[in-house]
Amino acid sequence: MLTRFFLMGLDKKAGVLLTVLAVLAVAVPFMALGTAPDSPWHLSTHTVALLGKYLCFALLALSLDLVWGYVGILSLGHAAFFTLGGYAMGMYLMRQIGSRGVYGNADLPDFMVFLNWTELPWYWHGFDHFWFAAVMVMVVPGLLAFAFGWFAFRSRVTGVYLSIITQALTFALMLAFFRNDMGFGGNNGLTDFKEILGFDIQAASTRVGLFVATVVALAIGYVLASAVVASKLGKVLIAVRDAESRVRFMGYETDRYKLFAWTLSACMAGVAGALYVPQVGIINPSEFSPASSIEAVIWVAVGGRGTLAGPVLGAVLVNFGKSYFTAALPELWLFALGGLFVLVTLFLPKGILGLAAQLRQRLPSRGAVAGTPAGQKGV
Amino acid sequence: MSAEDTLLYLDGVSVSFDGFRALNSLSLVIEPGEMRAIIGPNGAGKTTMMDVITGKTRPDTGTILFEGRTDLTSLREPAIANLGIGRKFQRPTVFEMHTVWDNLELSLKAPRRPLKTLTYSATKEDRARIEEILDITRLSPRRDRPAGSLSHGEKQWLEIGMLLAQDPKLLLVDEPVAGMTDAETEQTAHLLKDIAGKHSVIVVEHDMVFVRELGVKVTVLHEGSVLAEGSLDSVSANKQVIDVYLGR
Amino acid sequence: MHRALCWLLAAFLALAAPAAFAADQGAADLAPLVRGLGAGSYADTEKALSALAGTGDPAAVPVIEALQAGDLHVRKADGAVVVAKRAGSGFALTDPLTGAALGEADRNAVEKIRINNALRRTISATLGALTLMSPDANTRRQAAEAVFKSRDANALDALNTALAKETDERVRRAMTQARAAVLLAGDAADADKVAAVAVLQERGDQDALALLNGAANSVSNGGSDAVKDAAKKAVASVEQRLALWGAAQNLWYGLSLGSVLLLAAIGLAVTFGVMGVINMAHGEMVMIGAYATFLVQEAFRQWAPGLFDFSILVALPVAFLVSGAVGVAIERSVIRWLYGRPLETLLATWGLSLALQQAVRSIFGPTNREVGAPSWMSGAFELGGLTITYGRLWIVVFAFLVFGALLVALRKTWFGLSIRAVTQNRSMANAMGIRTARVDALTFGLGSGIAGLAGVALSQIDNVSPNLGQGYIIDSFMVVVFGGVGNLWGTLVGALALGGVNKFLEPYAGAVLGKILVLIFIILFIQRRPRGLFALKGRAVEA
Repeated sequence: MLTRFFLMGLDKKAGVLLTVLAVLAVAVPFMALGTAPDSPWHLSTHTVALLGKYLCFALLALSLDLVWGYVGILSLGHAAFFTLGGYAMGMYLMRQIGSRGVYGNADLPDFMVFLNWTELPWYWHGFDHFWFAAVMVMVVPGLLAFAFGWFAFRSRVTGVYLSIITQALTFALMLAFFRNDMGFGGNNGLTDFKEILGFDIQAASTRVGLFVATVVALAIGYVLASAVVASKLGKVLIAVRDAESRVRFMGYETDRYKLFAWTLSACMAGVAGALYVPQVGIINPSEFSPASSIEAVIWVAVGGRGTLAGPVLGAVLVNFGKSYFTAALPELWLFALGGLFVLVTLFLPKGILGLAAQLRQRLPSRGAVAGTPAGQKGV
Repeated sequence: MSAEDTLLYLDGVSVSFDGFRALNSLSLVIEPGEMRAIIGPNGAGKTTMMDVITGKTRPDTGTILFEGRTDLTSLREPAIANLGIGRKFQRPTVFEMHTVWDNLELSLKAPRRPLKTLTYSATKEDRARIEEILDITRLSPRRDRPAGSLSHGEKQWLEIGMLLAQDPKLLLVDEPVAGMTDAETEQTAHLLKDIAGKHSVIVVEHDMVFVRELGVKVTVLHEGSVLAEGSLDSVSANKQVIDVYLGR
Repeated sequence: MHRALCWLLAAFLALAAPAAFAADQGAADLAPLVRGLGAGSYADTEKALSALAGTGDPAAVPVIEALQAGDLHVRKADGAVVVAKRAGSGFALTDPLTGAALGEADRNAVEKIRINNALRRTISATLGALTLMSPDANTRRQAAEAVFKSRDANALDALNTALAKETDERVRRAMTQARAAVLLAGDAADADKVAAVAVLQERGDQDALALLNGAANSVSNGGSDAVKDAAKKAVASVEQRLALWGAAQNLWYGLSLGSVLLLAAIGLAVTFGVMGVINMAHGEMVMIGAYATFLVQEAFRQWAPGLFDFSILVALPVAFLVSGAVGVAIERSVIRWLYGRPLETLLATWGLSLALQQAVRSIFGPTNREVGAPSWMSGAFELGGLTITYGRLWIVVFAFLVFGALLVALRKTWFGLSIRAVTQNRSMANAMGIRTARVDALTFGLGSGIAGLAGVALSQIDNVSPNLGQGYIIDSFMVVVFGGVGNLWGTLVGALALGGVNKFLEPYAGAVLGKILVLIFIILFIQRRPRGLFALKGRAVEA
């Protein structure tokens, strides 16, 4: 029954994507650990972490697509859920430092000692345990999303208004986390991590392990999202996106459907954030900035909203471009990103995958006679 | 007449928007199994009346009872729909990205809660019922096409089919034949008459030929309240009705 | 030649005036007292100083100033007190009272009159008391204020003398208050003290409150109950008044912030409210306006530094046109393809905002550019218990002028009529011969131009950097959403309300927490009224 539920959403695109992920999960560990450092096939720890980061962003993009592509909620605040998940993981990693901090205080993280705090705040309790943090990674963003969505959807805040208040939400969180007395390290955030589950966080093998965990999380997220989207619930979500009031007159409580997708999406974003933190080694309030939420939106738009595989592709492509530009031509990166926003909205409203699908649809009728292989022309 | 025996009971319902009285102490009674045609000039309050019954708009004052006991004024749209009131809009609204089949499957009477729909899979009876409706609405050949690719008339029929799938006790139908050819209009009239046997129907229409075709009791709305009620012939002869509507 | 003569004359007068004055009053009266300054011990010096102060003779002022500066010396030969200034290897001596030259002396021939901290305090108090007799009313008033702060009992006699002669009403009041402060702090009779309390209560500022509090709680100086009671009542009354002024000050800050928000949001209200276009590059239009101001000012600095005060006035139309032109260009190239797809305009204009920021960063550099304030926008004035800076005042005035002008433009002009026509029914407007494409472009240009005007104003109070606009975009959206889309009055009320709430929360919650609370408030408010404070109701909206 459950297997059937998870398998029913998988199409050809899913097959390709899951295969690629499986290959990555095998090849990357081998190339990073099983090859000599001077071999052309060798992947440095840095590269592994970079790939892991891209895949975290891919999971974030996937979660965003679930609400934007399928329910029509353009969230400009998904960075909030991502970052909250990241902070939950960061808190666990801070507790793992123990007495190895600069102040050597076994009970308090360094920044609390610095602020002359004498006691661990109540909301830090429990984060000594990995299982607790792992639960919180989804519960905290999920609860926030649930509370926010419960109010917003009930009051029928939609469209642009919803987008703007999601932006206000992440902006407010950013301001709050910048405050030292919030107890999350203020400006500097949480960093200088040492261990995760007892493994040295800097070690190549740990990095590879984190990468594989990210691949697995992305695969699970993808299968789950596919199953949801393909179910009757998914059809209701699409119907809500296209004609919400009509769905209400059919007897569906659309608020609850939106809330379901919204909360699920926030949990996924939280997991992405939690995997991101140990791989980049820091989490700070600037991750909450509305700009990072909007950047995630463009990953989805580039790949193709409403396609699931598109956002994954888009997140990896755009972030690869970002790594390249910021290293080679830092002056031009914002022009490139800005231009991407404009070009995609104007000329690629359905993203790369949408364009590919359009070409495939059009070419057999016109191009089949000439024998033009689909996808070669105009890509 | 007591409210208990009625299917729908409106008494003294008023709604205003920024000082404009869209409904002015409207009273209307629909009996079980009845089909009623509502006519009236633009701005008479026909659409607002539907909005009020289906929960889209809250009345300022007045009583609306369904089946003589359920107060509709305090319920939200989905709750009202689940009581058994279906609505067809003036402009056909079908889910264009979904196939005809999926449109009907979504409408089909079935649990509406998210967790139920998440694990739903169509039973044999469900499929049979959808097939049946496809036959009635003559959309069988189009079952796997996206609804967005249907013609205007087909969309109207699909929407009526979706109402049938919903199996409501009361159907509200807003201008079902707008933009249809004469043949389609006639078929639609037959379809609605078939439905009327098992369901109560309220039809809002401008098309007098169509209303005559239906051959049912007619209510004339004017400035938010009932101007006249009776057979089409009797209201057609009503002096006031001629003044405000038919005479023009 | 001419100028040199003037200088000579001025120098002569400067030297002669005190001398003549002294001669008139009888320099002989002061001379022994001055000689007493050099008597030896600190106590002797202090005694002589008090005596000098007691004369109330302004002629003593330069002597005491010389003492303060450490220029006063005793000539060992005859014990005369002289002003000695370094000249070559020795000192040039002058008479402290008359200023007459007394020749030069060897370094060892004179001894400096030393002062300690206690003496230094007495000196300032004495100077304060003596300048009470200055011919310049402003100097007298400052002297009175100085006494008020020092509360030096020694100044009381001088104060009384000065009060008897004083004719200027403001100076009189300052002196009366100073006298009251001295009396209350000293050992005056109860009746005097109660009277002093009344005077201080009337003054009613923080300083007066401190004094009154001291009097109300004192045990040491043996204040009687009558004085304490009076002081306690006065404290209550002053505190109440200060609270009122504090509230008024907050109100002013709120109004000031509100008008900044209004300026930033009003252009957005046009593009978002009237056209339904989400312009995330709106902040960059503001930023461009600020840089336009910078360039105009640079031009003035280069070619017409004398007219610098007018640079802002020139910058206004320039900024309006530059930002407006950029807006028109954006509308024609991007926005027009996206009408009816608000979320897409949001993304595209966000992309434009990134590119515009980077463009400005590449051209002008990432650091802050300095924009100066014209003289008529610098400084501040006091209004009762309020301190109001001219810069802020002008921004408030300007914000309301822009608002009024826009209102008139939309209501009374043909252009405004076209905008409303296109907004309400595009195809009908088209059919009636309104060129909708042009109206769209100009409307967007208008909104952007107003953002440019906001940039001119903000350049006066904020850092002109490529990130200037980013700081305002979220606040501006909050204002428009809170006020209700499509309603300029809503924007006005929204801006002022959010500005006011923000500033009222700040004293209690701090600036950051206050802002967070405002954001949360808006998020909750939108739940109650999804379409803002002044939303249109009815079917038209839902269609």
